[in-house]
Amino acid sequence: MRITQGCFSFLPDLTDDQIAAQIEYCLRNGWAIGLEYTDDPHPRNTYWEMWGNPMFDLRDAAGVMLELAECRKAVGSSYIRVNAFDSTRGFETVRMSFIVNRPPVEPHLDMTRTDVRGRSQTYSWRAAR
Amino acid sequence: MADLTISAGNPLPAVDLAADFRDSGVAEILEELDRELTGLKPVKLRIRETAALLLVERARRRLGLSTQTPTLHMSFTGNPGTGKTTVALRMAGLLHRLGYVRKGHLVSVTRDDLVGQYIGHTAPKTKEVLKKAMGGVLFIDEAYYLYRPDNERDYGQEAIEILLQVMENQRDDLVVILAGYADRMEKFYQSNPGFRSRIAHHIDFPDYGDAELLTIAEAMLARQNYAFDAGARQAMSEYIARRRTQPHFANARSIRNALDRARLRQANRLFETSSGPITADDLSTIRDADIRASRVFSSPASAAGAPS
Repeated sequence: MRITQGCFSFLPDLTDDQIAAQIEYCLRNGWAIGLEYTDDPHPRNTYWEMWGNPMFDLRDAAGVMLELAECRKAVGSSYIRVNAFDSTRGFETVRMSFIVNRPPVEPHLDMTRTDVRGRSQTYSWRAAR
Repeated sequence: MADLTISAGNPLPAVDLAADFRDSGVAEILEELDRELTGLKPVKLRIRETAALLLVERARRRLGLSTQTPTLHMSFTGNPGTGKTTVALRMAGLLHRLGYVRKGHLVSVTRDDLVGQYIGHTAPKTKEVLKKAMGGVLFIDEAYYLYRPDNERDYGQEAIEILLQVMENQRDDLVVILAGYADRMEKFYQSNPGFRSRIAHHIDFPDYGDAELLTIAEAMLARQNYAFDAGARQAMSEYIARRRTQPHFANARSIRNALDRARLRQANRLFETSSGPITADDLSTIRDADIRASRVFSSPASAAGAPS
């Protein structure tokens, strides 16, 4: 099942040139770029593993692409996303986030419906392979 | 591709180099270099030659005659204060205009910015600097400090390896300029042959002559809206000749420091002697006495110690 999180996730996967162009856009806006990866794409799993520190003061996308290549080499069968942080309000806010790498086989999300007190129900999702 | 023209008699595509030169804006940078930097004749010549080479290389690439990015890494050697950093800044602009670097910014670093303090600290630090320099020029001042032959466990070696790797694999993304004193750079290249083979352009910065330093001094003052009077100009030329024989002489940097101190004395003099309204002329004139109060004049020409 194709996980749809962040920008562009309903589009076909971005090529490296397209990723570089999006990163250029972020850098033009003065945003810092961070790479994150995870093997658990559950929608409630907001905190992914950081790939190194966020990169500040970059001028060109080549630096990010260098890190992305290394990240893919190390955890190529994980989800990898690019986060762009905007600091204009005095704290780093995610302004843009998009997935740049997907595992060959993506997990699907199972929904479980549970009866609780009375006739009310709760729903939960589980990322299952 | 506007200047790719096919002339009637010659069916081969041709490139108008003169138009290319005009359109690229290289001429402005070269003129700026000529106008704003005093002396440095051989350096300017080398930069002109390099610019011509890169322009021709670009034209060749358009006609499909060459496909590889030329090696652009450079080495600037020369004594302190001979304008290496200034020229590196111009070089970044030049390469940007010619389209060899995408952004054209200069990241100036020394050993401290590249080499870490404990195991595992160096690689991320060096990589961070390299990432910041991507799309521009990385200027490594006093590059020979990276290599410390007396300590085999020095982390500098790690930084050198990463640098070499990036210099080779990412030639499209950044240009590295190594700078430092000529003799020590020579030793550095001897012990790191990898660097020498990856650097195409070696540019040597000569020391400034006395007359050139005086011109530089006047230009520095003019930029801050100060001027010498006739006596002070004479004093300054004597100062330069004396200062040169003393230790820690750093060409234009020594001149800048001397002028900063002269301005200090001028301000002091204005305070102590003025007894009424002073004019803009008084405020911006450096007099004989402001220069001659320097210790360079009081001590014998060969005396040791830094002047004040």
